[in-house]
Amino acid sequence: MNGVEGFMYPNEYGLQWSVLIVLYPFITGLVAGAFILASLVRIFRVQTIEPTYRLALLTALSFLLVAPLPLQLHLGHPERSPEMYFTPHSTSAMAMFGYIYLWYLMAVLVLEIWLDYRREIVLLSLSSTGPLRLVYRIMTLGSSNISPRSLAIDDRVGWIVTLIGIPSAFLLHGYVGFIFGSIKANPWWSSPLMPVVFIFSAMVSGIAAVMLLYMAVTKLRKLTIDVHCVDSIAMYLFYIFIIDFSLEMLDLVHRIYEADESFRSLNFLVHTQLYIPHIVIQICLGTLTPLILLFITQVVKLPEIVRKRIYAVSGSLALIGIFAMRWNVVIGGQLFSKSFLGYTTYKMTLITREGLLVAIFLTLLPLLFLWALVKLLPPWPENSAHAPAAGD
Amino acid sequence: MSDFKDAGHLFRFAGLFVLAFVVFLVVRHYIVPKSFGQYGHYRGAAIGEIAAHPVRYAGHDTCEACHTDVVDKKSKGKHAHVNCEACHGAQAQHAGADDPSTVKPVLLDTSILCARCHTTSAAKPKGFPQVVPADHSNGMPCNSCHQPHNPGMDAPTVDAPAKAPGGVK
Amino acid sequence: MNMNRRQILILLPAAAIAWKSVLAGTPQESPNYKMTDHWWGMLIDIPKCIGCGNCVRACQTENDVPDGNFRTWVERYHVSDWEMKNPQDIMINPLTAPEVISPDGGKEGFPVTTNESGKYFFVPKMCNHCADSPCTQVCPVGATFVAPDGVVLVDQKYCLGCAYCVQACPYGCRYIHSEKKVADKCTLCYHRITKGLTTACCEACPTGARQLIDLKNPKDPIHEFLKTHSVQVLKPQMATGAKVLYNDLDGSVR
Repeated sequence: MNGVEGFMYPNEYGLQWSVLIVLYPFITGLVAGAFILASLVRIFRVQTIEPTYRLALLTALSFLLVAPLPLQLHLGHPERSPEMYFTPHSTSAMAMFGYIYLWYLMAVLVLEIWLDYRREIVLLSLSSTGPLRLVYRIMTLGSSNISPRSLAIDDRVGWIVTLIGIPSAFLLHGYVGFIFGSIKANPWWSSPLMPVVFIFSAMVSGIAAVMLLYMAVTKLRKLTIDVHCVDSIAMYLFYIFIIDFSLEMLDLVHRIYEADESFRSLNFLVHTQLYIPHIVIQICLGTLTPLILLFITQVVKLPEIVRKRIYAVSGSLALIGIFAMRWNVVIGGQLFSKSFLGYTTYKMTLITREGLLVAIFLTLLPLLFLWALVKLLPPWPENSAHAPAAGD
Repeated sequence: MSDFKDAGHLFRFAGLFVLAFVVFLVVRHYIVPKSFGQYGHYRGAAIGEIAAHPVRYAGHDTCEACHTDVVDKKSKGKHAHVNCEACHGAQAQHAGADDPSTVKPVLLDTSILCARCHTTSAAKPKGFPQVVPADHSNGMPCNSCHQPHNPGMDAPTVDAPAKAPGGVK
Repeated sequence: MNMNRRQILILLPAAAIAWKSVLAGTPQESPNYKMTDHWWGMLIDIPKCIGCGNCVRACQTENDVPDGNFRTWVERYHVSDWEMKNPQDIMINPLTAPEVISPDGGKEGFPVTTNESGKYFFVPKMCNHCADSPCTQVCPVGATFVAPDGVVLVDQKYCLGCAYCVQACPYGCRYIHSEKKVADKCTLCYHRITKGLTTACCEACPTGARQLIDLKNPKDPIHEFLKTHSVQVLKPQMATGAKVLYNDLDGSVR
């Protein structure tokens, strides 16, 4: 019984949901957030952000393709996962996953990307050579119609798809929040605020990710970053971050004030095992610091180069903070006993199916997909030969 | 109609969806187990499968059907309501064998067995008979003085080994 | 409370016939058993439990429960006396801070204690076979369910092993089977009670602290017992419709 303190029900010693289940909401959060940024351009006509529109969509797709992997690796019987499509249980939030994922992938993201890129796809299907030509030809679905009228129809339909995509993105990530928020057995999770907090923190992470990717990719292409674009993104990041922070503080204050039967146990947990992940990393480093930095850029007129540095730092810290938030929810919620009399520890393994190495691989894999997608469907008009995606 | 011509690609995309949906329905028809939904949102056949799990404990009625002499003895003492297998362990193999005498239950070591329940502890209910084994019996096995089936000191002590009962089922 | 005897004497001939074929390993539907005639639960009589751990061992034997997983377990509570530790401290309510242990689930009993202060008691725990079960509510595919006779079961051929049900159970009675990688828990010895036997834990309990009850059976002694005793369920605020009833449950029990 090493690592167990106090009393836990005998079946509670080992954690059920590992770092992979921390990664899954982080990834779908990035998808939803990136898509919301794209919808700011398409629906709300924020033209300053236009340079990131296509990159945001491709980012969302890259992460969405990786999203089911942590879940599959975690299941005891991944070969039975099609059961979620054949016999979904209507009272289970988790059962929605299959259909929401498929809907969002095909009817929103792929459709929108296809409609936006269709002209280039058709042109590339005619101009490219080798196996790539076949890929483009398949993507045209056999239609080479890029007349102005068809493109106008594409634009109109794309607008509707984006509009539907906004609540779809909320559903894609909000249902994950509901998976946790609806568990009355776990007081750390059970809250009506949970889906809302998840959605807003998703937007923060997605916007920060696209901003960082845009800055990194532009630098790698040896071009200058459009400062008005990142100014605009940073402003949205700032305001959405404030809402996210307020919601999390509301949960915290409410919890401390009401001090129900679980409070003493959870309070102890936050002051001991979760002190560094929650107080230091999530709140101080991952939320307050970027908020203060962004606030400074909003009220003080700073030179461009300083602003860009601050945005890069804030964006990175925000991503770390949002990952820490997922960690504190998923792992934190399993560290205390439901008897409120004891605690266990999470021993993350290194090379097992649900270990750290797999988690790192799954975090980097979307960047690989993004690189491939950017090569296949260049977001920028120059059709440049190299536009590799990169980390920071 | 030129509208439809210019939207032809959209119909192809939609067509993919319809095709995928039809394939899904067909596959679903074959994959979903037939008993699913019989009683609720689950595989009805699972109930029968779970009910067919092998039994390991015979149940005291089965023991008592044959070992009537023990029943008589036990019913007069403090262990009247202690079931046979609570001490003798799971005996379904013995009870269900064609010749139970070929599957003999292991004779139990009373110094370990009795101590499990009867060792004094402040945690046990106060009215429950408890002793400190070292003080009480000084290392001697409990059945030197107590007959486990009727453990009271007024009952006859050391018993002959369990006899094969007459009239085995 | 020998209600088992009364029930079983009626069903014994059928049980005896079923016996041999079960031991021979042929799965067969239990004869004479109609699910809708039953609504199973269990009565646990706290003052009678001596913490011997027979039930935990019997369950493991009957159901092949792997070491480290528990379909049932026993907890020992020590509620200390009210006392001031230091004059300036406020009194800590011992009801909210009991000392609880469950060494290996109580499988080999409990260590002897000579501490005469406060009070001790044992609480056997298991799946509560909730009528409004939160675990069946969250299963994404329908692999766990409340059977028509009130027993909550897991279809181990259908379960994905996602562990959502383990998270949703307020009582900590579920686990992922270490070998089969599917959800597992107490089945109320469904394979026994459908044949007129009692559960392995009840069979092995030497003091009658655990008793199988059939709430739909008007002749079951539980109905009289409920009229004359104070009975509670665990975590009533969760409104799970738990059907494991505890006689004389102390307020300190988590």
